[in-house]
Amino acid sequence: MTRFLLCRTISLLASLLVASLVIFLVLEVLPGDPARFMLGLNTSPEALAALREQLGLTAPLPARYLGWLAGMAVGDFGISYTYRVPVADLIVERLWVSLPLALYALTLSTLIAIPVGVLAAANRNGLIDFSAMGLTQIGIALPNFWFAMLLVLAFAVNLRWFSSGGFPGWQDPGAAVRALTLPAIALALPQASILARVMRSSLIDTLDEDYVRTARAKGLTRGQALWRHALRNALIPVVTIMGLQFSFLLAGAIIIENVFYLPGLGRLAFQAISARDLIVVRSVVMILVFAVITITFLVDIAYALIDPRLRRRAP
Amino acid sequence: MSLVTVEGVTLSIGDTPVLNGVSLEIAPGEVLGLVGESGSGKSMTALSVLKLLPVGARVAGQIAFDGRDIIAASEREMVALRGDEIGMIFQEPMTALNPLMTIGDQVAETARIHTRVGRSEARALAKAMLERVGLPHDRIAHTRYPHELSGGQRQRVGIAMAVVLRPKLLIADEPTTALDVTTQAQILDLLRGLVRDEGMALMLITHDLAVVAGMADSIAVMDKGVVVERGTVLEVLQAPRNAYTKKLIAASTHVPVRQRGKQGGALLEVEGLCKDYALPRTSLFGPHETMRAVDHVSFTIKAGESVGLVGESGSGKSTLARAILGLETVTAGHVLLKGQAVHAAGRAAFATLRDMQMVFQDPYGSFDPRQKVGRLVAEPLHLLGSGAPKGAALEGRVDSALKAVGIEPGMADRYIHEFSGGQRQRIAIARALIIEPALIVLDEAVSAIDVSVRAQILDLLADLGDRLGHAYLFISHDLGVVRAITDRVLVMAGGKIVEAGPTADVLERPAHAYTKTLVAAAPRLAG
Repeated sequence: MTRFLLCRTISLLASLLVASLVIFLVLEVLPGDPARFMLGLNTSPEALAALREQLGLTAPLPARYLGWLAGMAVGDFGISYTYRVPVADLIVERLWVSLPLALYALTLSTLIAIPVGVLAAANRNGLIDFSAMGLTQIGIALPNFWFAMLLVLAFAVNLRWFSSGGFPGWQDPGAAVRALTLPAIALALPQASILARVMRSSLIDTLDEDYVRTARAKGLTRGQALWRHALRNALIPVVTIMGLQFSFLLAGAIIIENVFYLPGLGRLAFQAISARDLIVVRSVVMILVFAVITITFLVDIAYALIDPRLRRRAP
Repeated sequence: MSLVTVEGVTLSIGDTPVLNGVSLEIAPGEVLGLVGESGSGKSMTALSVLKLLPVGARVAGQIAFDGRDIIAASEREMVALRGDEIGMIFQEPMTALNPLMTIGDQVAETARIHTRVGRSEARALAKAMLERVGLPHDRIAHTRYPHELSGGQRQRVGIAMAVVLRPKLLIADEPTTALDVTTQAQILDLLRGLVRDEGMALMLITHDLAVVAGMADSIAVMDKGVVVERGTVLEVLQAPRNAYTKKLIAASTHVPVRQRGKQGGALLEVEGLCKDYALPRTSLFGPHETMRAVDHVSFTIKAGESVGLVGESGSGKSTLARAILGLETVTAGHVLLKGQAVHAAGRAAFATLRDMQMVFQDPYGSFDPRQKVGRLVAEPLHLLGSGAPKGAALEGRVDSALKAVGIEPGMADRYIHEFSGGQRQRIAIARALIIEPALIVLDEAVSAIDVSVRAQILDLLADLGDRLGHAYLFISHDLGVVRAITDRVLVMAGGKIVEAGPTADVLERPAHAYTKTLVAAAPRLAG
């Protein structure tokens, strides 16, 4: 297991390095002069020169790349061109909204999906299975911004249980959680629907395995065989999907962030792109890549914890 | 009084009748061999006794176990019975164990759910039982997972799980079918010892009459959901009364008629062949270790000759076959077919491929399910390049190939799932024949087929060999098949050929220690 962790960590660092190089090259080298792109067409040569100096574009390419890496290693992502504040501060502020929101949504979706999937699989082709699968079909088909607006109408406008948008900050944790609840539900519904279907089909497959029959021949009841033998064996695809969903929730919540007027990472990226603030864009992309690769790493470790056959060696 | 009484049991799954009035009895401590071909209902009979039937199964009749009515028993009563008083062992040791649980825990689980013993006491019970089945803790740690064990060791774990509470009845469903001959002999020995020591009754389900002959006190022969004959082993095997039993015994010992002595010059020459595989790295920057799967193998097959290649799984016989066919690169040595090198510049020489064809073990898995049989059979013809027949000539070739193996040419428009196992293997042979090869390699080609169909396929192969004059290389772990159809046999162990000679000589008077073990382990039905 130690060797496995070591191998996975080395591969994690290597992926990060490659990703950073690709992001650097794409944004700095390929389209020409980033300073000219950021300033637009009608600009004075002096302003251009000043921005080039500020961006460090006068230095040679390898030095710029290493400088960028070294800066990120100590948490220095540069100064935003549009906001005029350190990018690191911007990102940290937004992460305090996006990360809790993603975790909240993932927790909700898992808490709904696993029991629904297990119940459906245990009552395969029965009434519970049929209705659960029908509901998940609807959950996948509903556009989440529309569902979000329904939630706002019902719980914010009519019942007044939650606010309809905005984020008060974490000074009052109760209010912060309340502000994130409707967006988290809106995000969780389609994810839970997909996850429940994956849980169901994976569990149905493992329930047909020979070792489940062996367990029944040992004298386990249907329920015992399901909980003790089938469920853990069915978890690998579920964990895979959960990893993919968390990555998506972190960056892909932009529509929901807009509906609820939340200052999240997705909105920051969107605003930076509109303002041609390449420094912020580059940093946000790097942070998201870092998050996705780290999640993949955690998913790999989860695989190994679930299945001893995957512990032996890293690819 | 008998321990198990099955009386007029019928069973249907959906609308399909599976059992049509099965009756049998097992006395305490008796070993009953339940014999039949696939689909005869023997596994369903066993599962009926455990009341562990698939969804939608309807069962009627009488089943009594130790004076209790199984048909009327509630699920709660059955749960208490299963694993405690009736243990069951399954065929596939590779998939019958939970891959995520240690073997010790899996054995202990049986004890934990049926008795009030604590965790440590259950562990101790499991430890003792695993030692009894030949897996002492100091050699095979009980904290290991199933994937760290060999097939035979896993089957021992399966047995330990089934007998840890010393049930009155043990049901073993084809317990050795997936195992090597020598491993099979060890597992059968173990079962025999357990039955004797613990006074258990054993219901041994198998398609192999030879296994039953060496194990059972009595036999029940099943065909199409009915027990057609019951009696002691001696009665049934020596003086079968039922026509189906007679057919089954004849098929098991069937030797096809072959005309010998039409052999030509050297066809296939294998000289100093070696094949290394790279093992996974043991350290991150260390050198690649290699494993030699085939070690300096040399032999010759003459034109028209039939040669057997026997050995256990892992002995290197399949690797050797793949290397001969040019499907593997070789580390050293060479393979010549009609004097031409098969491996030219590291790749298989195209010209030699058309003279060699292969028939695999799994007739279903080796066909593309979405292509029609005619197209599947015609496939090797592309090896002829621009000389390949087209249009009516192509159809003619397909028709005659199908006719040669006894399949109606009109069936060329069907898909492979519409055929039975035996028919599929005939189609696989037609696919090999169509290009008129000089050598056909058969890798366990009749291992998965029922004995009566196997006898027909062996007849067909012998007849085709006589008429068309091609040579055979028969790879098999089944000495009975090799004995029936080969002129010469090569015995392989640890990547080397340890013994070679005329089949009858080698199998009757084995010289090498390994061959002796192999021959002694193979169950034989005195014919």
